[in-house]
Amino acid sequence: MSGWIEVGELEDIPKRGARVVTTPQGDVAVFRTSDDHVFALRDHCPHKGGPLSQGIVHGHKVTCPLHNWKIALDTGEATAPDEGCAATYPTKLEGSKVFLDLNIG
Amino acid sequence: MKEKLVLIGNGMAGMRTVEELLKLAPDAYDITVFGAENYGNYNRILLSPVLANEKTIEDIMLNDDQWYQDNNITLHKGKKVSKIDRVNRLVIAADGTQAKYDRIILGTGSNPFIIPVPGNDLQGVISFRDIHDVNCMVDSAKKHKHAVVIGGGLLGLEAANGLMLQGMHVTVVHIMDTLMERQLDSVAGSMLKKSLEERGLQFLMASHTEAILGDEHVKGVRFKSGLEISADLVVMAVGIRPNTELANQSGIYTERGVVVNDTMQTYDPRIYAIGECVQHRGVTYGLVAPLFEQAKVCANHLAHLGFSRYEGSVTSTKLKVTGIDLFSAGDFIGDDTTEDVIMQDAYRGIYKKIVIKDNKVQGAVLYGDTVDGAWYFQLLREQTDISDIRQYLMFGQAHLGDAGHGGQNAAEAMTNEMEVCGCNGVCKGDIVNAITSKGLFTLDDVRLHTKASNSCGSCTGLVEQLLASTLGGDYSTAPTKKPLCKCTEHSHDDVRAAIKKHHLISIPAAMEYLDWKNQDGCHVCRPALNYYLISAWPGEAKDDYQSRFINERVHANIQKDGTYSVIPRMWGGVTTPTELRAIADVVDKYEIPAMKVTGGQRIDLLGVAKQDLPRVWGDLNKAGMVSGHAYGKSLRTVKTCVGEEWCRFGTQDSTKMGVVLEKLTWGSWMPHKFKMAVSGCPRNCAEATIKDFGVVAVESGWELHVGGNGGVKVRATDLLCKVTTDEEVIEYCGAFTQMYREEAHYLERTAPWIERVGLSAIKQAVVEDEENRKALHARFLESQKYAQKDPWAERVSEDVDKHEFNVLKRIG
Repeated sequence: MSGWIEVGELEDIPKRGARVVTTPQGDVAVFRTSDDHVFALRDHCPHKGGPLSQGIVHGHKVTCPLHNWKIALDTGEATAPDEGCAATYPTKLEGSKVFLDLNIG
Repeated sequence: MKEKLVLIGNGMAGMRTVEELLKLAPDAYDITVFGAENYGNYNRILLSPVLANEKTIEDIMLNDDQWYQDNNITLHKGKKVSKIDRVNRLVIAADGTQAKYDRIILGTGSNPFIIPVPGNDLQGVISFRDIHDVNCMVDSAKKHKHAVVIGGGLLGLEAANGLMLQGMHVTVVHIMDTLMERQLDSVAGSMLKKSLEERGLQFLMASHTEAILGDEHVKGVRFKSGLEISADLVVMAVGIRPNTELANQSGIYTERGVVVNDTMQTYDPRIYAIGECVQHRGVTYGLVAPLFEQAKVCANHLAHLGFSRYEGSVTSTKLKVTGIDLFSAGDFIGDDTTEDVIMQDAYRGIYKKIVIKDNKVQGAVLYGDTVDGAWYFQLLREQTDISDIRQYLMFGQAHLGDAGHGGQNAAEAMTNEMEVCGCNGVCKGDIVNAITSKGLFTLDDVRLHTKASNSCGSCTGLVEQLLASTLGGDYSTAPTKKPLCKCTEHSHDDVRAAIKKHHLISIPAAMEYLDWKNQDGCHVCRPALNYYLISAWPGEAKDDYQSRFINERVHANIQKDGTYSVIPRMWGGVTTPTELRAIADVVDKYEIPAMKVTGGQRIDLLGVAKQDLPRVWGDLNKAGMVSGHAYGKSLRTVKTCVGEEWCRFGTQDSTKMGVVLEKLTWGSWMPHKFKMAVSGCPRNCAEATIKDFGVVAVESGWELHVGGNGGVKVRATDLLCKVTTDEEVIEYCGAFTQMYREEAHYLERTAPWIERVGLSAIKQAVVEDEENRKALHARFLESQKYAQKDPWAERVSEDVDKHEFNVLKRIG
């Protein structure tokens, strides 16, 4: 399908933080971890739909701001014993540019 | 090549160490486990409920064979280790199985003490120690009638109760004249005896066993008094002895137990020892809580971290006999330097005794009503000064100004359908199931698996009681020093002290200095560290926004639908037509869906989209309004009544004082939210006596109150002192606030903080020590120099954190 879309510079996203990309399929949270990996998840916690982009990022996880579920950034899976999964989207870095693929990974 | 670790003894202490080690360093060792019993690892403390038909063996298994496989652990079941060859570093089992080692954990546990009398080796004479013993007892109960239990301690009584429930006629023989004399005083001991007699147990007190009678199988027991009784089963439960046999044979130094240092190492540093076989600082332990504390330390050392030490444990006891509530801890006998507080109600079957020395709890015995056991135990371990609460002590924690959840206590009396955790909708049955089926031991485990007490925390006590009543006996609430979170072994106090002492001014510096387990921390420790840094080094430590909760990052309250609420500050609750018009205009302009007057006398604008926040703030700023900090761990509001200017009862200008105090304290970051109020007379219309800092005007001046709370757990304030001038109100307010900022743990409100440290300590620092008060106040003012910047204006006009409010890209 459509493939990679450039969404911005790595520096636009704070380390241990996230930014939102609005799409026809709803908001996507694009995360940058302390080791400069970039991940993208549907901005919707599998628990009660909290905006994951607003959570605290630690390691390759984000803690949802509403009820502290911890979601793995690479798989979208909630950390046990919580159960649930947020949709993930492929990302890549080319130089300093961040790319997102909206075909669900 | 991985190091080889051999665990000798597949019991609770050893396996707990292995589990802790796997958490810290999953790949550090090749692990081999030898267990003499033919079972996996099971929860030995639940043998009594198995005997009492309340649980099955399957219920109490902790790790099954699959678990060992999954974790790549070699398990040798039913193989007793007969030798440690320390020269060639080889463990050798009786059947010849060998394993090489780099390190050993010795967890050989204890042996039941068999009293040296003739006939002690007859058939039908057993101890109460493992699954085999339980099976023997159950079999015997099917064939025989008379059982004699020698030993009236914890284990003996649980065995006797179980045998009685299996249908046997049971006589308990005890050498002393008080049951459980190591846990109970004579009053509680005789109350216990009476209620066990009512259930059908018989007792022979102060009786010395002389011989066990019989030819092949036991037939009876004879006492020194000459009395003989018949018996088909004799259970010896007179105590345990650390099993030091293997250590002795291998030349490892032992006394009563295997002697270890504070990192659980024996005299051979390659060999650790843990659990009931151990003697640490002269003490041996037979309860589970100390073993788990030892396991943590031992695992820490094995994982090459080596920063934690075992310093001994204070233990508490509870009897696992359903329907009998009994608790004891510490020194409950006392001497001529201690004072006893005693309550006895024979009709209700309640007895409580608390032993106090120098205003600190030394020990407690509770019979019939053990609801407050955990609380007394906490006061005991933390050595809290109880002089302020002495008159309420006997009536329990529920009476400490707690009107909200008082009396909601009898965890055991609750039905399984009753809700324990109102925040997460968790019922008693869910919790009990999780504890038994998942093998949970700690409050943290229960929180993780059920979410109970994971939100507001008001049901923590109840959950702890459920843990205690489900696990029975030796559940201990928490280690004395609680780590800040799972990323560290250090407590809140340790972390703060290090930040101050070593001038740490950034989160990475603090984490590095304190050996954090991972470089990013987690959502629990990062906000705490950030607060400790900026409160210790105002102006110097940089505020790390990415370590703040979203509300404090965008200076508004996140709502359940992801929108935000905005509350402008209204000093002392006073407003003007201009302000109200500006607010109304903002609501119209940005189509904000809802407005509400808050409990703190402010106006809340609800449902603001995140990207609108800066423009909403900009408009409010133009009308002279700043952030109300209604979202932060910070000063929230100062609520006031109209005071003497208008009110016919008013004695002082409370509104003006409220404004002054709010101007003094706004913007300051705190361990938790902080609310104030000023009332103009003792009618107290501003409800100052449920605030963190409350001021009540009287004819001669002002009363200053602290530590109130109107939320989850209602707590009325304690009176700090009375002052006469306005200047004093300001100085005391600044000093108290600063003391709270410097000493409370992150996310600890003033109410629990005061209960933890004692009001006396606060009075001493703020009221009695004038020099200290002035110093505290000065430090507060200094810190406010950096804190009193309107975060809204910074974001509107200085573009601070601009990325927060704009989307990265719009697609489609």
